[in-house]
Amino acid sequence: MAGKGGVGKTTVTATLAATAAGAGLSVLIVEVEGKSGLAACFGRPPLGYEEAELAPRVRGRTLTPDEALVDYLETHGLKRISKRLVRSGALEVVASAVPGMKDILVLGKVKALELDHAADVIIIDAPAAGHAITFLMSPRGLGDAVRVGPISKQSTDVIEMLSDPARCQVILVAVPEETPVNELVDTAFQLEDRIGVQLAPVVVNACYPDPGVAVSVDDVERLADELGVFVSPREASDLVAAAEFRRERYALQQQQADRLAARLPLPQIRLPFLFTAELGPPEIDILAATFSAQVDALPESSWGRVTVP
Amino acid sequence: MSEGVTFDDIVAGRHIVVCCGTGGVGKTTVAAVFAVEGARRGRNAVVVTIDPAKRLANTLGLEALSNAPHEIDRQRWDPAGSAPPGGRLSALMLDTKSTFDHLVATYSTDDDQTQRILSNRFYRNVSTALSGTQEYMAMEKLYELHEQGGYDLIVVDTPPTRHALDFLDAPRRLTRLLDNRIFRLLMMPTRAYLRVASAAVQRFLRTVSKVVGTEVIDDVVAFFRAFEGMEEGFRNRAASVLALLAEPSSSFVVVSSPRRDAVEEAAFFAERLAESDIPVEGLIVNRVHPAFGNEGVEGLRARAETLAAKRSEVARAAGDGAASARQLAELYTNLADFRQVAERERHHMAGVKARAGRAAVAYVPFLSRDVYDFDALAEVGRHLFTAAPAAPARAG
Repeated sequence: MAGKGGVGKTTVTATLAATAAGAGLSVLIVEVEGKSGLAACFGRPPLGYEEAELAPRVRGRTLTPDEALVDYLETHGLKRISKRLVRSGALEVVASAVPGMKDILVLGKVKALELDHAADVIIIDAPAAGHAITFLMSPRGLGDAVRVGPISKQSTDVIEMLSDPARCQVILVAVPEETPVNELVDTAFQLEDRIGVQLAPVVVNACYPDPGVAVSVDDVERLADELGVFVSPREASDLVAAAEFRRERYALQQQQADRLAARLPLPQIRLPFLFTAELGPPEIDILAATFSAQVDALPESSWGRVTVP
Repeated sequence: MSEGVTFDDIVAGRHIVVCCGTGGVGKTTVAAVFAVEGARRGRNAVVVTIDPAKRLANTLGLEALSNAPHEIDRQRWDPAGSAPPGGRLSALMLDTKSTFDHLVATYSTDDDQTQRILSNRFYRNVSTALSGTQEYMAMEKLYELHEQGGYDLIVVDTPPTRHALDFLDAPRRLTRLLDNRIFRLLMMPTRAYLRVASAAVQRFLRTVSKVVGTEVIDDVVAFFRAFEGMEEGFRNRAASVLALLAEPSSSFVVVSSPRRDAVEEAAFFAERLAESDIPVEGLIVNRVHPAFGNEGVEGLRARAETLAAKRSEVARAAGDGAASARQLAELYTNLADFRQVAERERHHMAGVKARAGRAAVAYVPFLSRDVYDFDALAEVGRHLFTAAPAAPARAG
């Protein structure tokens, strides 16, 4: 799951997880950038390195580069000194010497989780869009710098996972606004061209619902008269202003979503903007229901060769 | 000014303005707004942007990364010709690597040392991929523009980081890297480091060599050797940058959106800066929904329900009444929805305002279009600054 900051990537991650769990699949969410509001979407305390249950069939954990590095060292006979090496900053030197090494360790760990069949679906709440490319590029970049040894083998295995659409796909998230749409399109082409990863349908988040026809203050007064109810002039103007605002934003959003469709030939899943509350379990359930209905309506081919067991 | 600072004070009187906050809240836009307003008030202003959206970059005349500021044609930002003559506007898009290269050239003892460092593979990684390098170079660029003089107002955008304070820590990261014990060991004559290093470090280095290859270790050793004698310069420079940021003529403005997490982050950020003796002078909450009156959400929802009930009532009586009732009920539901969003946002904003101390606070509404041209930048500016510009103040 990748997208620019502020587009609701975490919300969509939670929504996908709830959708998959609703379909009877077990889900593991992996957070790679530390702190986020993901656990709060399920009404749970923040995640840690140890897996925690977030909802029935949904588990979550963090997997930061430092954690992955310590994990790697521990499984390679350096258990005793691994933590100290991280603290002393010695690993920073090595990680700087080999850019992408931390990312490859995270992806390597994800691959290990996948091979162990840690869950039916593993969702990675990836770094913000720009960094998502470097993140997913890391195995290719490393291939050039390090040609032998375990890291090189790790890279090869991760590339294999990333380029197999039956094992891995990327879902890009945007809100229907100019800059996020542009960034999504750029990221999409880079991911396909440079990494060769399969793109799943894109998710357009926080879409306003259809506002219906335009109304004026006169219209409101006429409606009130017809129904024999009292609407104060001030209230009438608030009603009209709110309706007008929604119409304007809706029109802009449609324009941006259409522009996205024109520039990127991928199916779109549109999630509604929720007015009512902060996101918690009930809101995620609403979003999951919308998500799942739209997934059902997609043509079979939209999801590449992914087969749901 | 016991009543606190205003955005007018900041744009007219400060020498440096740093815009910070998490990604996706419009930091770059706000940075541009400050620089444009500074120029309109007769100041020689420059904005350092990081990864601006394409159309904003075009507006600012930024086609590519550049190390030197590019002056924007006056006609473009002041078409009416109303700005005082001293007003100038320049922009640049930060080129992290070139800035770092320049810094190396400044502190190296000779060209040979510069070349050895610039061509080193480890250096190339550090200068592009070490986390915090971009933040560090943004601060470095700010210092450079300050030292060169000439600018009254220098506005800096900061990179979008999950952890908004990274940029303050960034200069220290490199010095930490240089202070590293491993570094000292690596500074020993060739291969001798393996003899004197402790058993643990020896094991570590052997393992690293096995994992990533000896070539990598050789690069690192070569880099640290080449860097010898320059650490002091880098350390001093980092200290000077931090000292400049702590001066009263430097101002920090936190940009946020009215969402719960963004507001939390902004308040946290302001508090952390205050702990570092760098008070936040401005807090801008961007993309706020309009309030649409002041009626209570519950009352509006109840009204919508009554109308919906009326609808079935009139439906039995036939006629167009049912459609009218439905339409009016929908209008009420819609108003209730937006009132609820507005109340929630105002609740979050009140919380952050309470924690902002004496900082100036401004709310910028959701504009009906994206901000990328000078007109839209001015529109945002109208929510921050008073309409009539005060007499320009020029920083020495």
